[in-house]
This record gives sequence, structure tokens and C-alpha cells, in this order.
Amino acid sequence: MDFLNAFIALSNFVIIPAVAYGSQLALGALGVTLIYGILRFSNFAHGDTMAFGAMVTVLMTWFFQAQGVSLGPLPTALLALPFGILGCMLLVLVTDRAVYRFYRAQKAKPVIFVIVSLGVTFILNGIVRFIIGPDDQRFLDGERFIISARTFREMTGLREGLAFKTTQGITIVTAVVVVALLFWFLNRTRTGKSMRAYSDNEDLALLSGINPERVVMVTWLIVAALATTAGVLYGLDKSFKPFTYFQLLLPIFASAIVGGLGNPLGAIAGGFVIAFSEVTVTYAWKKVVTYIVPEEVAPSGLLQLLSTDYKFAVSFLILLIVLLFKPTGLFKGKAV
Amino acid sequence: MSPTVKNTMLFAIVALLIALVGFMQSWNSALVIVNMGLISAIMALGVNLQWGFAGLFNVGIMGFVALGGLAAVLVGMPATPGAFEAGGWTILGAFGFAVVAIFAVVFVRARMAPGLARKLVVLGMLVAGFFVYRALFDPGVESVEAINPASTGYLGGLGFDEGLWVTLAWPVGGLFAAAAAWVIGKTALGLRSDYLAIATLGIAEIIIAVLKNEDWLSRGVKNVIGMPRPTPFEIELQNDPAFVERAAGLGFTAVEASTLYVKLLYAGLFLIVLLILLWMAQRALNSPWGRMMRAIRDNEVAAEAMGKDVTARHLQIFVLGSAICGIAGAMMTTLDGQLTPGTYQPLRFTFLVWVMVIVGGSGNNFGAVLGGFLIWFLWVQVEPMGLWLMELITSGMADGSPLKAHLIESAAHMRLFTMGLVLLLVLRFSPRGLIPER
Repeated sequence: MDFLNAFIALSNFVIIPAVAYGSQLALGALGVTLIYGILRFSNFAHGDTMAFGAMVTVLMTWFFQAQGVSLGPLPTALLALPFGILGCMLLVLVTDRAVYRFYRAQKAKPVIFVIVSLGVTFILNGIVRFIIGPDDQRFLDGERFIISARTFREMTGLREGLAFKTTQGITIVTAVVVVALLFWFLNRTRTGKSMRAYSDNEDLALLSGINPERVVMVTWLIVAALATTAGVLYGLDKSFKPFTYFQLLLPIFASAIVGGLGNPLGAIAGGFVIAFSEVTVTYAWKKVVTYIVPEEVAPSGLLQLLSTDYKFAVSFLILLIVLLFKPTGLFKGKAV
Repeated sequence: MSPTVKNTMLFAIVALLIALVGFMQSWNSALVIVNMGLISAIMALGVNLQWGFAGLFNVGIMGFVALGGLAAVLVGMPATPGAFEAGGWTILGAFGFAVVAIFAVVFVRARMAPGLARKLVVLGMLVAGFFVYRALFDPGVESVEAINPASTGYLGGLGFDEGLWVTLAWPVGGLFAAAAAWVIGKTALGLRSDYLAIATLGIAEIIIAVLKNEDWLSRGVKNVIGMPRPTPFEIELQNDPAFVERAAGLGFTAVEASTLYVKLLYAGLFLIVLLILLWMAQRALNSPWGRMMRAIRDNEVAAEAMGKDVTARHLQIFVLGSAICGIAGAMMTTLDGQLTPGTYQPLRFTFLVWVMVIVGGSGNNFGAVLGGFLIWFLWVQVEPMGLWLMELITSGMADGSPLKAHLIESAAHMRLFTMGLVLLLVLRFSPRGLIPER
């Protein structure tokens, strides 16, 4: 029995990856939930908004790399991120002006908005593939590991290594900073308060003189920043491929709904619930269990509950369970 | 211009467009467009039933189409010799156990008083049940997949591969899709409209994941090829002296005549299915049931006040519409002669069908059919048009410039952009579509 090694293996393969993935999902789900709270529709174009922001960042990163600019051990993408956010902000403001505003003025039903966002998805998908192509793109540079498995083993003398990738560290730090900024903005500033008021009760907010178009614009700007950050972090951690962002929609929506649509705190909690479930259910537990149990009963199989290809099924199942038993989500989102 | 004249003209224009392909490219390409157009029209009918009649937003069409394809494999392919003896019964037994276990959990949950004890018991039963199920299921899968993995390695099907018997797969595909739709509808209908969208988006991804990974079922990404077909093979026709003679009499070479003949046979079969479904959909639209559906769509509260069971009616029409998509999916797999789970893309199989319905005219069956043909034609033809456009734009640039190469290479992605643009423009300026609901 060797609990220390078991714990290290668990951290290496489950806890750290799940925390990083959960932060990425949480940032994505925050965007979805803000749009839902303020504009009152499920934005199916969110995945492709992430892809667009990430694409601008990738292009800027390549530009910086070609110019010889770098951040030393940190990925150059961090330097390019603000430009990606600006590009994405421009994009969402243009789409809002050209597409969504018309339906807002008409007071169209939410489902019409959803269909319209599908059309936007199509167009964004086309633009991204047109500019950068459908293939995998690498834009990660700098130091690969904060601690590599080998250094950790040499440092501690344990059998299990603990690898902590730079991208994972950056993801977690960035997510904490972004979330702190967001909550400060929503709770402390005038604009943030007007956003919450608008989300809670539109009519009352209008009566007290809040300008709805301004609230909507600020929301889009925040969503663009969140989406780009989430997209870039995911792209750094895994790799940038336009189609994967579309597939991220399902876990992102699942996170937002599990937490309660329209509730930012819920979106974060939901992101981690989904990420931890996905990783634990698709992880082969053989290694960890072998350390804990006595040798005679050591497992022979992989002890993997579901093959990794079914990670979508995990988010979906959690989504179904929440829809069936607690349709407003864990944190009491908007009414059904 | 009366609506009838206008609609006839719209159909005539689409027919003319396809005929132009026949004259300018080849009649084989034109017939390929017609065949897929017929299948697309059927899918559009199914979605129109859900969206046009009832206002249900289903973005899981891809999944139902893929289930239809699975049906084509399970009905049409011959059973793999020895597969059932080796592990098939074990797998079915594991499924049987899973069903019994789920019923047991539901029973226990209904009997016990709510509280922590019930939660723990239910959770414990589920976890234990899952492990027992895997213990039963895995050995069966292993032995089935071990049987000649290069060419079979799966259970195979019922082997209905003689002539028209092959078409038996089509209604079975509808049944498969209907069963999946029932499960989704039971959970997500009655909640807010977006939840159905997200749930269907999820189920579609999962169905594709299952098809890709469960090799014992349909060989996963190794694909099932050489599926039986209801029509004769081209090569048989070419070796048939009587056929060659008749083709020569009409002025065709044997190869050309045989390919055209087979495609025409498919077109005939598909047309029959489309006409039957269209007739049924028209009857439904103009029946009291159809009027009730539209009343529910337009004002759920009022309909409920009149004593209509809104959720049950929604479930009913959701299952029916999905079944139609399943039928179309089975037909498509029969036409392709293969099941390739890797090729199912949501943009192609879900959202394109949505564009068809909305452009054609939601709520109008003829609109859906027209949209199916028109959008499929555009989907096929936008690529060469985009390429041509790009060549025109870049004609002034120097040969070998990287921008020129990139633009021409990326022209293929223009079709997504075009479809999105068409969808947005129609929604904005003509939300009722080409043939509006009456």
C-alpha cells in the first residue's frame, strides 16, 4: 500500500488536468450564461466565437514569433491575447449590429434567436476555416513544463512523476484572475450592477433609466473577452482546431445548465463538475488502485469506466440527470 | 400570379437548374443531385413536421439519420458466422440485465420514502449494476470482435439482401430513430425550448460516438462496406447482352447506360417513399390533428386551456418527425452502399436540413420538399462556383503568390459561409420562406 504514490498519480492524471479543463469550461460557460441572462437566448455560436478569437490570437502569435518577440518562458500567445480579444469584440459587435439587433427590436421569441445564432455559427465556421484552414495549428512556445515528471521524481524520490504543464498553470492562474475581475465588475461597478438589474427584471431596469442597448453592448464585449480567453487557453492546452470548438458546445452548455443558466457562480461550479466527471469516468484507474490495495487483489483490467471517446456522453448524462431532477440547476438559475 | 402558379414555377426552376447540370456537366452528376435531393427532401419533411407544425427545435437530426444508417446495416448485412455463438448472446444478455436493473432502480425509488437513505440505495444500485453490466458485456464484445477483425469482427445483420427486401431497412431505420426520439422527448419536452435543442445536440453526438466505437455493432470507424442494394449492380448489366443491345439502340455506351439506369431505379424508389410521406404529411396538416398542432404551436397556453395535452402531443410529433429522418438516413446508407460513421458532421446533416426547411418555407410540406432540392443543389454546386469566383478574383495576382494559393485552396469552405448567409438573409427578409404556410 502506497498512498503517497497513489495520490501523486491521481493528481498527475486526474486532478491537474481536470482543474485545467474545468477552468476552460467555466470560462466558456460564463460567456453562455451571461448571454442567456442578458439577451435571453442560448447562443449556439459561442463555440465558434471562441474559435474566432483564438484564431486571431494564433495569427498574432505567428506574427510576433516572426518578428522575434517572445515572453521568454511564457507562451507568446499571452502577448497576442489582447489583440485576439479586440478582434473578437469587433466581431461580436458587428454580428450584434447586423444580425441580433433586428430581432431584439422585434421582440422575437428565444427560439428564433437560437436559429439565428445557428446561422451565425455557419458563417463564423466558414470564416475561420477560410482564413486558417480546418487543420490542427500549433502556436505554443516557451517552456513546456513548470515541473516535469522526471524532475519531480528526482526531487522527491517517489516512483510516480508529477508533471505540471506551463499551459495548465497559465490556464488556472488566468481563470482565477478573469473570474475575480468579472465578479468585481458585476458586483462593484455601476455598469455591472445595471447588467444584473437588467438580467433580473427587464421592465424594472428600463423604468429606472438603464439604457438596454448599452447593457447589451457591454455584455457582448465581456463575452468576447471570456470566449477568446477560453478559446486560447484550450488551444494552448490541447491544440487549435476549428472543429473541436464546435464540439465544446455540448460540455459548455452542460456546465452552464448544471450550474443554473443565467447564474455566473453556477457556470463556474458547473464547469468543474463536468470536467471532473469527464476525467474521472474516462480515466483508467488501474495505476492508482494498484498502489492502494494489497498486492494479492491488484486489478488485472484497466478499470476504465468508459472509453475516452465517450466523454461527450458523460456531460450529456449529467445534463439529462439535472434536467430531470433539478431543471433550474444546482444554483437556481432562471425559471424554466 | 396565383400561389399555385408561383409554386409550380419555383419547382420548375429547380428542375431546370438540375437539368442544366445534366447538359453542362453530365447526366450522372445530375442524377446524383436528384437522388440526394430526394433524400434531403424527406429529411426536410421530417424537420418541417417538428418545426413547422409544432415549433419544436431539434438539432439532433444527424443522430437520427445515423440511426437509420445503422438499421440498414443490421437489416441488410449477412450475420457473421459464429458471432452470436461466440458472444452475441452474452451481449444481448448484458442488455437484458441492464434493462432489468434500471426497472429495479425505478421500482425501489418509487417504493422508498424520499431522503438520504433512498439516495444512497439508488446510487449504490446504479453503481453496482453498472459494474455487473460491464462484467457481463465486455467478454462478449471481446469474443465478437476477435472474429476475423479485418473483414467482419461484428455481429452482422439479419441478411435481408435480396432485391426489394433491402428496403425493409428503411422503416426499421424509422423505428430506431423513433425509439431514440421517445427517450429524448420524454426528458426534454415540457421544459423550456432551448433545453430540447441542447439535449438533441447531445444525443446526436453520442449516437455518432457509439457508432464510431462499438465495433461489435457496426465495425466502428472500420466502416461497413459492400452493403446490399435493391437495384442490380452496374457490372451485371454491362455483362448482360440484352441490356447492352438496348443501350446501343438508344445511343448509349454500356457503362453510361448501366450507371444511369441504376441511378434512375434508385430515384424511382426514393420518389415513391417521398410521395407516400408527402401525402401523409399533407393529410396530417389538413386534418383536425394538424390544426390542433398549429394551435398548440401558436399559443400553448390557450391550447392547454382548451384541454389539449401539450406535452403528449409534442412528444408524438417529435417521435414522428424523427422517424422520418431515420427513414431518410437508412435510404441514404443504402444509396451509398456503406456506413461510415466518420463522415457524419453536424453542419452537413443537421444544420443543412434546417436551412432547407427555413428557406423552403416552414409549415408548408411542399416548401420543405422544394427547400430540400434547392439547398442540396446549392450545397453541391457552391463549391465549383466558389472556386470559379476565387479564380476570377485572383486572376490578376502573380502565379505562385502564397495569397493566391491560399484563396483558391480555401474556396471549398465557402459553402458553409454561403449556407449561413442564405439562412440569415431568408430569416431576415422573408421569414416565411419561398413557399409560405397557408
